Amino acid sequence: MTGGLGSIGIGPYLTVSAILLVLGVFGIFLNRKNVIIILMSIELILLSANLNFVAFSSALGDLSGQVFTLFVLTIAAAESAIGLAIVTVYFRNRGSIEVDDVTMMKG
Amino acid sequence: MMTQIVFYVFATVLILSAGMVVSARNPVHSVLFLILAFFNAAGLFLVAGAEFLAMILVIVYVGAVAVLFLFVVMMLDVRFAQMREGLQRYAPFGAAVGLVLLAELALAFSHWRVAQDIASVPHVVAAPGRTNTAALGDVLYTHYVFLFESCGLVLLVAMIGAIVLTLRERPMGRRQNIERQHERTAADTLAMMTVPLGQGVTANGGFRRPERSYYIASVPGSYGVTAEPVPQATPAHETQRGGHGADNHGGLAQ
Repeated sequence: MTGGLGSIGIGPYLTVSAILLVLGVFGIFLNRKNVIIILMSIELILLSANLNFVAFSSALGDLSGQVFTLFVLTIAAAESAIGLAIVTVYFRNRGSIEVDDVTMMKG
Repeated sequence: MMTQIVFYVFATVLILSAGMVVSARNPVHSVLFLILAFFNAAGLFLVAGAEFLAMILVIVYVGAVAVLFLFVVMMLDVRFAQMREGLQRYAPFGAAVGLVLLAELALAFSHWRVAQDIASVPHVVAAPGRTNTAALGDVLYTHYVFLFESCGLVLLVAMIGAIVLTLRERPMGRRQNIERQHERTAADTLAMMTVPLGQGVTANGGFRRPERSYYIASVPGSYGVTAEPVPQATPAHETQRGGHGADNHGGLAQ
């Protein structure tokens, strides 16, 4: 099970990735007012998913995990570009980036 | 041993900087800690043997996405002080959710075991002697070529979407009206003068540019003037405006 990971094993990788995921989720709840930090927290969550992919790919000697990491990176880049565009437009219209009154975007 | 030291150094700095991302007081510091977190994650990728992804992480994430974040944070003129007001209110709830999630993950991992026949599952393995980048390319352009192309489509849609979202119709922009430009005749724009010998054009008002022709050939309002220009050609002595210098509309619409 510790094929390409050498003496480390997959356990520490999964632990680091779990802590990273929890920190990302915590960041979403902590920064309720700042959309940009929420986007950064989503980046952290996706990074933890990537870490899992790479760890399993290396442990199993299977390249599919790294390919999927590449796809996750692509989607994350597209997501942050769109998200930041929405933030920019929202700030232009509202003068603030607080999430609390985002519900006014509804129809 | 050396690998373990490197791993734990990268992991510790990664987790600490991720904690600083979500808890930093200044969003600019958050972005900088995010960059640090990406660098350390690239280090972890290197330890796991995924060199290409580590470089991609540094180039794409640090070079593009994090700088995009930094750009937006610095571009938006947000009062960051009042943004931290609800922090004490939300912190216990967020910590509770995080702890529950961590406990669930620990529970899942503690009862998780590798399937015995994992070796018999068909793997996508690298050819012996191939580097990581070459092996990844082998897989990406054969097994996953459709996913790869749909990733390109996703990026295209994201690019168009970001442009469409942030594009703003500026009333001051100087745009062409192609139809009007083609409809223009020489009589609209040219004034033929008989210049007396020995005087030159300067004594007769310089090079003339009839004001009307610019407005007629451009999109209404795009010069910042709301009023429609006078429809008929103005008499010659009123259009003498002293040549090029006084004409601040430039030659863009010609």
